[in-house]
This record gives sequence, structure tokens and C-alpha cells, in this order.
Amino acid sequence: MTAIETARPTAPRIVIVGAGPAGIRAAETLVKAGLRPVVVDEGARAGGQIYRRPPAGFQRSAEQLYGSEAGKARSLHDLFDRMAATGALEHVAQSSVLAVGGGGKDAGLHVLTPDGRRVLPCDRLILATGATDRLAPLPGWQAPGVYSLGAAQIALKAQGVALGRRIVLAGSGPLLTLVAVQLRKAGADIAAVLDTAPLTRQAAALPALLARPVFALRGMMMRARLGRLYRSGVTLQEIETDENGPVAIRWTSAAGRVQRSECDMVGLGWHLRAETQLAGLAGCRFEYSELWSQWLPQADRMGRVADGVYLAGDGLRILGADGAEIAGRLAATACLQDLGLAAPDPAADLQRLARMERFATGIARAFPWPAAQVQALPDATVICRCEGVTAGHLRQTAAYGGAEANRVKSLGRIGMGRCQGRFCQIAAAELIAGQAGCKPAEIGRLRDQAPVRPAPVGAWVQDAPP
Amino acid sequence: MTRPDARITRLAETGRTPLWFRLDGREVAALAGDSVLTAVLANAPALRLAEFGTEGRAGFCLMGACQDCWIWQENGPRIRACSTPVAEGMRLLTRTPEAWP
Ligand code: FES
Repeated sequence: MTAIETARPTAPRIVIVGAGPAGIRAAETLVKAGLRPVVVDEGARAGGQIYRRPPAGFQRSAEQLYGSEAGKARSLHDLFDRMAATGALEHVAQSSVLAVGGGGKDAGLHVLTPDGRRVLPCDRLILATGATDRLAPLPGWQAPGVYSLGAAQIALKAQGVALGRRIVLAGSGPLLTLVAVQLRKAGADIAAVLDTAPLTRQAAALPALLARPVFALRGMMMRARLGRLYRSGVTLQEIETDENGPVAIRWTSAAGRVQRSECDMVGLGWHLRAETQLAGLAGCRFEYSELWSQWLPQADRMGRVADGVYLAGDGLRILGADGAEIAGRLAATACLQDLGLAAPDPAADLQRLARMERFATGIARAFPWPAAQVQALPDATVICRCEGVTAGHLRQTAAYGGAEANRVKSLGRIGMGRCQGRFCQIAAAELIAGQAGCKPAEIGRLRDQAPVRPAPVGAWVQDAPP
Repeated sequence: MTRPDARITRLAETGRTPLWFRLDGREVAALAGDSVLTAVLANAPALRLAEFGTEGRAGFCLMGACQDCWIWQENGPRIRACSTPVAEGMRLLTRTPEAWP
């Protein structure tokens, strides 16, 4: 007899989207309470992005892949695999939730699986959708060979490759130095690590960063290990390209000297952008965060958006992997409370969460969004990589169409490409606001559109066998 | 096994079983466990040409979020290269097939 047959007939159908640290801990909490959640995840194996696993048959150890975080990665992977193997949960792998059915979660989730479309019934929904890199465009960033910092890390971890021969990493945030150190250790040739955050900002954030002294120290040591490769307070000017991709990056040092670093690959990223499209479709409200320079979902301390919808992890608050584990437990606890079931006491986790938030605030202050650099982009710069919409076109559209994100989108096609604005919307908001002389918060948030991933029509009409 | 016009360099896990697939009609090698993106970019500088520009495209996020990495097959639907494992005998194209309307 399978676990699903033994579950009570009235058992609530709970779907968790995302099998990173938040989703795994949420699943664990529900399983401990005797429930059998369905976990939908785009990966072949659970772990999420930061604890992403290579395909079966790869040889490197967890220590080689995850360094100081190897223990945490291993215990999450083992925990999930155990729950999946014993039937304590249902793992819907390599699958994307494209839409939250019309009429909210009650209508079910539309999921694209390798075998076609599936509609998952869903009484309660926990979204642990994580984050992507937060991107600022640069002239030349549409060239092949320019990647996100996250991509550089995934390539190394999940495939054992570097995305170029001579690499420049640029942007800001914890990932910038981490990826640089990991790539160098693996034998890649790093030409420069260019941080747009000035050292003064990093120093000013130190008191908040000391909420997690070990992490703060680790970050400083990584920057020290990079030595002269690491430059803070730079302004990025342009990626020079030929038909095969980058040949160099031009930048201005903190002292105002123009520099040029030759390379054939550039990795870009300014910390993270919460992945919130499904939350929007599930009815969540958003608030503009000046600290994070982006719209973030509104939820209570537990991650509760409404009775039946919960958020956890970087898709709610950008706290990193440890914070995501805590948030995952809290969201599942809220779900149990709302079901009237025995739930663990969240007090200790709520306290831990507060410490994570202090640290995250320090990180956000230390490595800010490069607003001035984006404002100064020349008109010819491609802002939308999908469809080649330029800064000039965007400024013109905002000038005659009005400074509202959704209007500029429908008139100027920014945010309409295949990535659905994931990698251009924050820069676009900055440019529209600059044109109108207002703040990015005032131009509004792009409405979420289903499907949140493009789906081939063939797959969409073909229903997966039940 | 890194080719001169390859984009990526292999740093680890090079002891895996080799496999063969076709890229623009020529027989090329990859390793079992490679994504289509890794396999193609170990043999070529790009996955396809941009629809709205002249440059090649080689993926951007590697996590299924940007959709920059779609690639054509000789037969059958396009595939998202960063999240699809390469398989023996695949027939991939970095140019739009001519029959495509
Ligand atoms: S590289 Fe972004 S979806 Fe594949």
C-alpha cells in the first residue's frame, strides 16, 4: 500500500513550489505533522540553486562543491531524497508551475512536466521560488559570453566548466567574490573582479553585518584572497565585443582612472532579485523596498500572505540559504496552524529570522543597486536582452506615454520578451523614473502574466498521463 | 577536448563517458551528464542567432529564467539548452532550419 492510500481521505492537498532550502524545510515540517505534500521543482534533483547538485555520475565531493556549506547541503539533499524515496512526499521534478488557476489556488496549479501538462489540485500553496541575479545592463551585455554571476556558479557546480577562458566578474554582492574565489580555486583564469560598491558603504554596513560575524569575516577574507584582482567602488562603462562575444570591459576606478580589462567572458550581477511572479498570480500584494531597490511581497512574519497562501525563502525576503531554511519551516508552520493541526512552536525560528534580517539589511546596504550607473547609460544601450529594446527607446516611450511601468511595457515592449522582464525590469524602472524625475517606486510594478515560463504549444495541449 | 572555437572550458569531471551528437551536420563529442548548453558551447561559440539583433546567443542565467538558450533541432521542437541533458545522437542546429515558416 502506498503512502497516499494510507493518508486520511480528507487530507489537505498542499503544494510546495521549489525544492531549495526553503521548500525542503517546509516539506519536512509538513511530513513531520503527518501530511504528504507535493513538491514541484524545475531541477532534476532537489537542492535549489545554491545547493544545486550535478547530474548523477559526477565525482566531486560536497566539500569541493559547497565548501564551508557542504554539511548543510548534504543534510538537505539527504533529507529530501529520503522523504521522496519513502513516499512521504510526491516529487514532481523537472516541472514548471506556469499558472495559478483562474480564481486563485482553488482552481489548481497548471504545471508543465516532461510528459505534458498537469493540473495539480491545491488546497494550500507554499511558494519557495527563490531568486535570480539582479541585473543592471551595460553596453554590450547582449553579446554571447556575457552571463549572470549565478550562471557562472551553476556552470562550475553542476557541470564542472567555466563559461570562458579569461573571465571578468562585475557587479556587487556576496556572490561576486564567492564565485570569483570558487572559479579561481577550480583553475579558471580570472582577469578582474569589479565591485561597484564603494568600500565606505561596506564599512558603514559592518555593524549590521556583525549579526553573523562568521559570515562577515568570511566575506572579508574572500576579498582579501583576491588581492589586486578585486577592485571596489568602480563604475562600469562598456563591454567591448566582436562577433564572438566580449573582448574587454572598460571601467573607471574609484580614483577616476579609466581602465580596460581584456576578457572573453563577463559575469554580471548585483545581489539578488526575488522571483515573485507566482506570488503575484496567487493574489499577493507588493511593497516597494528602497533598501532592496525592488518590489517585494507583503506577508506576515511567518510568510502568510492569506489563509492558504504562504511564501518562504529568497522569493519573500532575500536572506540567503540559512534564512531560507528558517523561512521554509515557518511557512509550513503557519500552514499547519491555519489547518488547525498541531504545529511546532515558531518562537526560536522567529528569533533566528530577526538575526538573519539584520545581517541581510547590512548586505543590502553594503552592496547597493548601481542607480547612478544605470541612469547614465547611453541611449544606444540594449536594456531588454530578449528583444533589443534600447535605453533611448525606453526614455522616449516614458516621455510620451507617461511614467508607469505597465504603460511603458505595452507601448515600448520593455518586459514583454521571453524572460518576462526578469532581467530588465529593475533597470527599466530606474530609467523611466529618471526620465520622469520621480522615484522607481512611483512608476508601479509590472503585473504578473501567466504562463510565467514560455511553454511550447504542443506541450501545453498534451495532458500528462495521471 | 576543448576546441579552439569553443566558448566553455572544462575544469573538472572530465572522466565521464563520451557521447556523440550532430551540430549543424557535423559529428561532435560531449560527455554524459552535459547539458545541451555545455555540449554545444564546448564545440561552438553560440547556440543560435538573436531574433532581434545580429549577435549570437549563448544563454545567460543557466537556471531556466531568461529563455536565452533555446536551440533548434533538425527534427522536433526547440529545446531549452540549459535545462535539457544532451543525448547520444541528438541533431542540433545553431541556425534556424530553412523549412521554418
Ligand atoms: S540560460 Fe537562461 S533559461 Fe537557459
